[in-house]
Amino acid sequence: MPRKPIKQFSVEWLQILDELGRPDPSLMPALSPKEIQSLYEWMVLSRVFDERALALQREGRLGTYAPIRGQEASQVGSAYALGPSDWVFPAFREMGVGIVRGIPMRMLFQYWSGDERGSEIPLHRHYFPTSIPVGTHIPHAAGAAFAAKLRKDPVAVAVYFGDGATSKGDFHEAMNLAGIFRLPVVFFCQNNQWAISVPVGRQTAAPTLAQKAIAYGFDGLQVDGNDIFAVYRAAKEAVEKARTGGGPTFIECLTYRMADHTTADDASRYRTEAMLKPWLAKDPIERLRKFMETQNLWTPPYGEQVRAEADRRVAESVRELEEQPPPDPADMFRYTYYELTPPLKEQMDGLLNFLKDREPKKE
Amino acid sequence: MQRIAKGGSMARLNIVQSVNRALQQEMERNANVVVLGEDVGRNGGVFRVTEGLLDRFGEDRVIDTPLSESGIVGISIGMAAYGLVPVVEIQFMGFIYGAMEQLISHASRIRTRSRGQYHCPIVVRTPYGAGIHAPEHHSESTEALLAHTPGLKVVVPAGPYEAKGLLIAAIRDPDPVIFLEPAGIYRAVKEEVPDEEYVLPLGVARRVREGSDLTLISWGAMLRPTVEAANQAATEGFSAEVIDLRTLSPIDSDSILASVRKTGRVVVVHEAPRTGGLGGEVAALIAERALDRLEAPIGRVTGFDTVVPLPKMEDYYLPNKERVLEAIHHVMEF
Repeated sequence: MPRKPIKQFSVEWLQILDELGRPDPSLMPALSPKEIQSLYEWMVLSRVFDERALALQREGRLGTYAPIRGQEASQVGSAYALGPSDWVFPAFREMGVGIVRGIPMRMLFQYWSGDERGSEIPLHRHYFPTSIPVGTHIPHAAGAAFAAKLRKDPVAVAVYFGDGATSKGDFHEAMNLAGIFRLPVVFFCQNNQWAISVPVGRQTAAPTLAQKAIAYGFDGLQVDGNDIFAVYRAAKEAVEKARTGGGPTFIECLTYRMADHTTADDASRYRTEAMLKPWLAKDPIERLRKFMETQNLWTPPYGEQVRAEADRRVAESVRELEEQPPPDPADMFRYTYYELTPPLKEQMDGLLNFLKDREPKKE
Repeated sequence: MQRIAKGGSMARLNIVQSVNRALQQEMERNANVVVLGEDVGRNGGVFRVTEGLLDRFGEDRVIDTPLSESGIVGISIGMAAYGLVPVVEIQFMGFIYGAMEQLISHASRIRTRSRGQYHCPIVVRTPYGAGIHAPEHHSESTEALLAHTPGLKVVVPAGPYEAKGLLIAAIRDPDPVIFLEPAGIYRAVKEEVPDEEYVLPLGVARRVREGSDLTLISWGAMLRPTVEAANQAATEGFSAEVIDLRTLSPIDSDSILASVRKTGRVVVVHEAPRTGGLGGEVAALIAERALDRLEAPIGRVTGFDTVVPLPKMEDYYLPNKERVLEAIHHVMEF
């Protein structure tokens, strides 16, 4: 019996704006000039937030922080494709997504300042709190999607993670479940090519991450993650597909982590300037700006105005952050269970009495 | 033993049947309750605990999953965030370890992480303990790993009546509950179980036997040999009180301390390994708060700090009536 191929697959690459900002008009998503300006403004706001967070960290006002520089198109473009009833399960490097989603920047700063009150995200935002262990939140998105499907709600659930997470077992389990039950999930993998010091070549021997979806029985595609139109278009299609019963999609946004892993990291130990340089030329904000300039959607005064407005909003958020009173130590106990258990009540009272005894006596 | 539903109809059920009734009644009462796990649908579970649920509630609510422990617990967390009440079956406690990261890093913390915005009212049912003559990993009793995790509740019924009332309480509880079913006695005991639904509150131990000379504390499958030893001790003139802890986290220290203050002597019995086992926690509680009432060192009858052996040697491993009796003699003669 002859051997023969029984299945053949291909993986699509999507780029709409090239590195010089020149579009492929046949692929341009339906976006009004106002919407294109919005995308630009969200990206600038995300970058200003990021720059400010790094500065605050250096001043000791934030704790360890994971910068997003270089990933603004992947984050803003995908988040912009979601509606208010869709859900988001972020990892920890998703501040651009949070900002577009309407999470107050005060809360994002507060989280990174080590204050749990930054995670008290209003429920109606459908934005799950930050998950630090890599990749283990991916099944949560599949579960929310499962529930939405059982209730016949037309919603998409977006989950964000990086290339490192694709090596984890929970990535596999979630992808597998999503495929089997045709769950309305959009898997956004920001392949920023680095998991701290380990390059993507140590996460997989496969030439793309996108092709992993094929083995789970659904579509995967690779998009230029620094091209906001490509990200937006792929996301929009996947979200529509999810909402209308078409099942999951895996979107690999090929991008680059332009900064250190976190403020506790020094990328110069494992990455040369020469490796970084070509990616600086692919800056996602600059790419969109070039395009907008050719369309008369960007002028220097507009650019200055966008930057000034972002500075103002970020400064306002920092002011709000600094107006927060110190946290109440009882909060540590308050949210462990729905109701304080007797052992916890005892421990809480013990701590509060201990603290009270040590308060400076009033004269 | 407290019993409710006087005059109500009852049936003699084993643990498998009473858990099945509890699941059925809660699924009927609350459309958000879904059951998921490996083989829980068509097959009715490897122990038949979920038998009949698929036919009754359909495959949207009784979900046969792939072999994916972490995925099953992980999706339950997301389902709960969306408003469902998932009741997960992990086929054996020895297979829950793949889901430990989901339990420890997520299920137990979602409430804290969101400052109370999200609840995680999942129940993870799993058969635990030795006595079923199956291969390695089918006899685990590692409840201390879970009881040590803030944010989880850990419940162990010792018989059919307890199983139904505690499971209903677990399903209605807004926090994640690990529900450990003693596989070794799944079908060994039958009790009168009310047909109607009833709740046995979590975090409350029960006094199984009243006594005045010493207190025996146990839970789950070990309650039986503990009660047998207490009965034997009675014929020797020792009056043993027996406490079934029922909930391992949060622990009911009031019931433990009230009994110990009365008797002054204690033996704790569990099949889990000794070091770091919950017997140590019980002993520490007593030492902290009732040391002045103790008349003898606290005794522990436990599994050993070994891997649970395969069935040929499990009788050497498991506490039994004789070992408990020996410990009783030891604390009584101190």
